[in-house]
Amino acid sequence: MSKKDSKKSVLTLHPERCKGCRYCIPTCPKDAISVSEKINQKGYKPVMVDMETCIGCGSCYTICPDYVFEIKEVQ
Amino acid sequence: MVERLIPTALVEDNKFCPGCGHGIINRILAEVLDEMKLTDKAIGSMAVGCACLMVDTFGVDWIQSPHGRAAALATGIKRCRPENPVFTYQGDGDSMSIGFSETMYAAFRNENITAILVNNGIFGMTGGQMAPTSLPGQKTVTSPMGRNTDLTGQPLNIINQMKDLNIGYLARGSVTSIKNINRVKKYIRNAFETQMSGGGYSMVEILSPCPTNWKMMPDKSLEHIDNTVTTYYPLGEYVKKGGDSNE
Repeated sequence: MSKKDSKKSVLTLHPERCKGCRYCIPTCPKDAISVSEKINQKGYKPVMVDMETCIGCGSCYTICPDYVFEIKEVQ
Repeated sequence: MVERLIPTALVEDNKFCPGCGHGIINRILAEVLDEMKLTDKAIGSMAVGCACLMVDTFGVDWIQSPHGRAAALATGIKRCRPENPVFTYQGDGDSMSIGFSETMYAAFRNENITAILVNNGIFGMTGGQMAPTSLPGQKTVTSPMGRNTDLTGQPLNIINQMKDLNIGYLARGSVTSIKNINRVKKYIRNAFETQMSGGGYSMVEILSPCPTNWKMMPDKSLEHIDNTVTTYYPLGEYVKKGGDSNE
């Protein structure tokens, strides 16, 4: 299987869970995470991710206390 | 690349404050239970404090004990159900202050249970009172001028109390970075492997931020652990199936 055919890691975001601690922002190696201006149901400004920049490394998943990020594999 | 999906044991959003380390530790514990295929069999013992907020959100069987007595309760569960993985999940005020005796005697008896002790150096749920683990000079609502060690003693280092006992596994980690979180996951896995192989008492102490009661921004609370808290509570594995040396 060539590298082009291998699976790709894609981030799924759950902004409704975010409590705005911002641990993910300095942890992201690509600076793809920023703060949204919208307010979620819990009353916090959640983070948002630039999907073009994201490489699906999972650093944000590891540091997040509120399970906002998931990394899924797609073809 | 590996998929990083929310573990099955996390059945609801957690109820902790923003930036609380319990959320990270809950996820690590749930990942380890999933990877070891123990989620369906695990029985948790908890007492009182912020840790007991996970009774609704962490999908294993739980029994709640009176304040501090989780280790004594876990002893009973494990002796009745030796085939099930049994663990305690407690904060430092719970396990090292109110339940210090139960925690120490479970280790002293080398009970075949796993203890997850989350140390944030303060009584969190009750509003930020001084704990035995509070640092010298730490300002809390019951030590507004800072902890005076002449009056209240030095911070309680539970690992120093346990490391010479005949136990299976003892380690201390923190959740301040990806590297440290991955280490904590390895420690918790080692602890459950020790229990499932009948290796005796296993304990992992985890240094965790409490931004709300420390009155710090979450990022500053992680820096505080790395720069200050770890000088009083050094990280690492202290006992690894090394109990035999005391026999």
